[in-house]
Amino acid sequence: MSVPALLRGVRVKQDTVRDMPVLLGPERALMLDPIGAAILDRVDGERDLDGIVVDLAAAYDAPADVIRGDVEAFLSDLADKRLLEMRT
Amino acid sequence: MTAPRPAPPIAMLAELTHRCPLACPYCSNPLKMVAREGEIGTEAWADIFAQAAKLGVLQLHLSGGEPASRRDLTDLVRAARDVDLYVNLITSGIGLTEARLRELDAAGVEHVQLSLQGVNAGIADLIGGYKGGFDRKMQVARMIGEIGMPLTLNAVMHRHNLDDLPQTLDMAVELGARRIEIACVQFQGWALKNRAALQPTREQVAQAKALVDQARRDMRGTLVIDFVPPDYYADYPKACMGGWGSTGLNVTPDGTVLPCHAAETIPGLTFQNATEVPLDQIWYDGAAFNAFRGTDWMPEPCQSCSRREVDFGGCRCQAMAIVGRAEATDPVCKLSPDRPKVDALLTENAESAAGGTTEDFIYRRLEPVRAR
Repeated sequence: MSVPALLRGVRVKQDTVRDMPVLLGPERALMLDPIGAAILDRVDGERDLDGIVVDLAAAYDAPADVIRGDVEAFLSDLADKRLLEMRT
Repeated sequence: MTAPRPAPPIAMLAELTHRCPLACPYCSNPLKMVAREGEIGTEAWADIFAQAAKLGVLQLHLSGGEPASRRDLTDLVRAARDVDLYVNLITSGIGLTEARLRELDAAGVEHVQLSLQGVNAGIADLIGGYKGGFDRKMQVARMIGEIGMPLTLNAVMHRHNLDDLPQTLDMAVELGARRIEIACVQFQGWALKNRAALQPTREQVAQAKALVDQARRDMRGTLVIDFVPPDYYADYPKACMGGWGSTGLNVTPDGTVLPCHAAETIPGLTFQNATEVPLDQIWYDGAAFNAFRGTDWMPEPCQSCSRREVDFGGCRCQAMAIVGRAEATDPVCKLSPDRPKVDALLTENAESAAGGTTEDFIYRRLEPVRAR
């Protein structure tokens, strides 16, 4: 079981000037598209990857295996950037 | 043709003070610095932070000089967090005790960027011009780790320490840094005065690039490596500031708002002060910010170049420093008619490297003084 969690110093902020959610971290500001925002909405350091995928599949009425691919790619990119970690 | 309204800035560098215990000969501060008496107060900064947040700034970099030289640093951090800016502290570590770090942490500093002058006291203290600075910095780095604040090392590299790149990367991992910036000296400010003493050799640069490529693969997921290469050796210029007046702004200790660190070296530009003119007006309508915004100002070969929105003509201050005209193509570019000037400087620097030593440094001081 792996639980994704944002690292300390990383947070999502609703940018009221640009009217979009942004992910803020050390020397980074990433504008989030609706998919990224929906994933990070569910990253709370408690829910595991499976739980997040099932929840997204239900919310967007999409096949879980497709969703899983998107979520894994998104989260692993953030892990490479040292913004997020997978806790086991 | 009317230009579209510029996008709001993402980042603001607040140079809270030019005071600093270190005297690094490559400091990006201007040669003419603001004395303590000229610094704006806590309230004025808090007001600028609030205006910045409203304008669309997301990231606030608290820098200097050494920001810890400001006794109101904690209050400034709190003021920035009150308006929900992301607060990054850029420091040499000197002047930060454990108690002060904990206070800053509680006030809401979200990330610390610690400068690194070298991997041992010998080189680091020689560069910083401050005996005992390295040992103190290592203590501060460990305290940052104990408190748990995210850490980036900013290693400024040049001829005298670029060969220590492997040890520099190891040090970042050992100190628990998530990121490291391998920032090769850019020749503006004090660095321009010390160019001959600092310019790395072509061989050093080639080796550093190969090492960084390898380390990025080996350290993926452990350490993020941002590499700023020495641009004199590049074929194309850096996209300075991501394009003039496009993503960021600098505020100096007296409240002057600049499009970049070195913009004051460009004659003819006038800069407004955030204590007198609203920040949004300076950003959108200020003459200095509009001087090189977009692509209309560009000369050839930039104007018809496919890379004009990749590197934005490069660095205006570099064009000023080497060509003598701020609106010239950055002479680093291989397409620039002035590229031979850069090559001549490299040849000259290589010759002086053979005999030159750190004794030639002109240290950063309020009044320039020789090393010995």
